[in-house]
Amino acid sequence: MRRASAWLIVVVMATLPWWMRDQYDLYILTSAGIFIVAAISLNLLLGYTGQLSLGHVAFFGIGAYVSALMALGFQLDYGADQPWIVDPQPVWFAFAGGIVVAGCFGWLIGRLAFRVRGAYFVIVSISFAEVMRLVALNWVSLTQGPMALNNIPPLSIWIPGRGVEPLYSREYFYELVLAVIVVCFLITQRLVSSRTGRAFVALRENEPLARSIGINVTHYLVTATVVSAGMAGAAGGLFAFSIHIVDPDVFLFVYTVTMVIMVIGGGKGTLSGPIVGGLVFGILPELLRDVARPEVQWLLYGAVMILIVFFLPQGIAPAVGSLFAHFSGRVFRKMGPGLSA
Amino acid sequence: MAEFLQFTVNAIILGGTYALLGIGLTLIFGIMRVVNFTHGDLYAFGAYMIYMFAALLRLDFFASIALAGVLGFLFGGAIEFVLLRPLTGADIDTTMLVMIGASIALQAGEQLIWTGVARSVPTPFSNAPVVIGPVSVLPIRLFVLSVAVCLLVGFYLLINRTRLGVAMRATFQDADTAALMGVNNGLIYTITFALGSSLAALAGALLGPIFVITPTMGNLVALKAFAIVILGGLGNIVGATVGGFVLAFAEEFGAGYISSGYRDGIGFLLIILVLIVRPQGLFAMKERIG
Repeated sequence: MRRASAWLIVVVMATLPWWMRDQYDLYILTSAGIFIVAAISLNLLLGYTGQLSLGHVAFFGIGAYVSALMALGFQLDYGADQPWIVDPQPVWFAFAGGIVVAGCFGWLIGRLAFRVRGAYFVIVSISFAEVMRLVALNWVSLTQGPMALNNIPPLSIWIPGRGVEPLYSREYFYELVLAVIVVCFLITQRLVSSRTGRAFVALRENEPLARSIGINVTHYLVTATVVSAGMAGAAGGLFAFSIHIVDPDVFLFVYTVTMVIMVIGGGKGTLSGPIVGGLVFGILPELLRDVARPEVQWLLYGAVMILIVFFLPQGIAPAVGSLFAHFSGRVFRKMGPGLSA
Repeated sequence: MAEFLQFTVNAIILGGTYALLGIGLTLIFGIMRVVNFTHGDLYAFGAYMIYMFAALLRLDFFASIALAGVLGFLFGGAIEFVLLRPLTGADIDTTMLVMIGASIALQAGEQLIWTGVARSVPTPFSNAPVVIGPVSVLPIRLFVLSVAVCLLVGFYLLINRTRLGVAMRATFQDADTAALMGVNNGLIYTITFALGSSLAALAGALLGPIFVITPTMGNLVALKAFAIVILGGLGNIVGATVGGFVLAFAEEFGAGYISSGYRDGIGFLLIILVLIVRPQGLFAMKERIG
């Protein structure tokens, strides 16, 4: 029943471009969708393993930069006589490259950062993102620094009879983002309901206990980080191919904060949480745009974040879910992780 | 050699303010177990206060600095009372999220009140550098260093020589036992947060006139304060002081001899290096490894 209704929602969302004519609205939904992918990836770490990674934007930015660089071609001057020249690659290969490289960084950063926990981990993760931003800003020969990487080609698709065509239209890009969301959702769903996912939750709930029953904590944390980083890299790649320009600002802390608000607001440790949070906090700024200046929007954002922690610590999705359960006369049941879809 | 001496002097001057920032942050973490993301915003708040008093209201420059410190104390106390008091006993992630929210709201508020235009504050100091042998220093930087040193010493005396300091240290070691001995934990928390905020505001008031004042000026500073604190070990006041100077030296010499573009990244690289070589930090504290 649940599964059927979830697929129904996906189908309705997929037909959206045909009955929603406004290109701008579609653009808003697409950007919200890109952040939903990022939020799903953050949720894996924050919601399921319980590690507050505030440097998540590092993976997002790496995905964006690697996708853009591979699609544009680049030369890497590493000290040898001849720089290593990479010709422009097919866009899909570039997109996949962004995901793989982000995943590799996830492994590296996971190995290093999970030597510490709690507040230390948070600060270390912020540091990684900031180092990435400075590298993007200063390694001008590779990243163009503040001049940004421009003219990133659009993704293309093979259409029977018409050959390979670039995906310029918003409708196609919207469908692509939706497909990535569905894939990331399914990966998360499979992962968290598997043995690995139960290990995540076990170490979130009580790390020493998890360790004592033979769960290799570091191994599972690094696994979660790699998967999560890969998804964030996919979000970054989508971002690069969507706006066709990447500059060092993709590593800004505010993007991490946006992802965190989406996950916490939507409901951390639930499958639907990041999607609900991503929709609410991706569309809310647009609704507020007409009535409030950006400063006021951010003020409200901050206030909403505080209010959510105070009054809806579980997030919107579980709160709505339990409200729904309450009204439909069912027994009030506590939503555990992985149960609410 | 002249270059080396100049970098050393610059590093000592920078280190003084870094230590000031680090101590405020580490004190709040040590006693309250709160990672204070508003630290950078209190720093910006202090800078705007000196702008308001010294540049707009034309009050005495030195009185303006003191006023910024006092207002930072009151503002910090208010933040603690409104946002953290109800969350006493909540886990560290919860308070961290609330502080991030508060930081976003504060920064947006500063942007709203003062707009994004960069501000500068006139100072009573001359712009002619004092030249001592091969080294030259701006008078205002010497003033900032001496105030920072006085504040650091005053702070040590407060922690180690007063009844309040004893109560704070007792709460740090064991809040429940301290409460049994008649320490009002809630009051100690408010005072701790207010003191830490006041130090951040003072650092902003001291450095604001040297640099330009913008609403986002606190972001990088907050990250650096985190770096300092992690170098010294969270909650370790001596560690934060040493960490402040270590970071300042690393930055000055790194910028001077390696690359000025990565100046601000050196602190973060230091953190990562420390984690690889000594995960327990330069000054070991037990709880650090999970």
